[in-house]
Amino acid sequence: MADMRTPLNKVRGLGSAREGADHFWRQRLTALANIPLTLFLVFTVIMLAGKDHATVTAYLGSSLVAIALLALVLSAMVHMRLGMQTVIEDYIHSEGLKVVCLILNTFFVILVGLSCVYAIVKLSLGA
Amino acid sequence: MAQAGPQADRPLSPHLQIYKPMLTTIMSILHRLTGMALYAGSLLVAWWLLAAASGPQYYNFVSGLADTIFGRIVLFAYTWALIHHMLGGIRHFIWDTGSGFELPTVELMARATIIGSLGLTALIWAVALTMTGGL
Ligand code: HEM
Repeated sequence: MADMRTPLNKVRGLGSAREGADHFWRQRLTALANIPLTLFLVFTVIMLAGKDHATVTAYLGSSLVAIALLALVLSAMVHMRLGMQTVIEDYIHSEGLKVVCLILNTFFVILVGLSCVYAIVKLSLGA
Repeated sequence: MAQAGPQADRPLSPHLQIYKPMLTTIMSILHRLTGMALYAGSLLVAWWLLAAASGPQYYNFVSGLADTIFGRIVLFAYTWALIHHMLGGIRHFIWDTGSGFELPTVELMARATIIGSLGLTALIWAVALTMTGGL
């Protein structure tokens, strides 16, 4: 059967999610923070490539390095979760599968992020 | 699809494969692909940190893997994805200010992004290999 409702009528009442501006803003804020933080990661990896374990742990566990790494993990977690959310919403249109993917996205990011945080804290405490 | 009704006869825009591939299109796709690659690559960062935190034996095993040809290819790709995505992000920042939408500028920024990402990645690896004593 032909749907005689106008496009406007179909969406009326659904309301806006009212999260667009917040998503955009957090995506840009974390993108900005990611620039110095990922350059720092690249620098750190180059410094530590080929070094023995004791040197690596001493460096990674030192206060400033550990704080910078924690900042990177936090910023990247928020950024990659929002980014993947956009991709999921762009390509997956069935409501059920979309929700499952969004949940998995959140779980993945938290799992990876907490693993990093755990390792950084352990290194700081002298692992 | 093919729904009868008031909207059925509207013209449809041509689909993706109709358009000529352009540098700007490719840069847009690459920004998304590198974002996805970095998403997966976050596992590598977590692995490396956990390995360092878990002791010399396991850390040596993991850095040994990183030192294989395959490991280096993965790390090289990761470096490029990171740098390319970062430059693409800077391009987005310029657009966010409302400028840089003139076609010649867009084309120029697309070129700068790809040449810049390849150049910077090569530079980073040159520095890294020099510091660690060559290949
Ligand atoms: C290095 C600095 C970075 C900058 C400047 C940056 C910038 C951006 C920007 C501006 C966007 C939004 C693009 C759009 O609105 O279409 C974006 C998307 C994204 N970013 Fe980043 N990013 C950075 C690092 C990262 C990292 C480290 C990751 C993953 C761990 C990541 C994952 C993503 C993903 C998955 C998307 C979504 C892709 C899309 O929507 O097409 N980014 N990035």
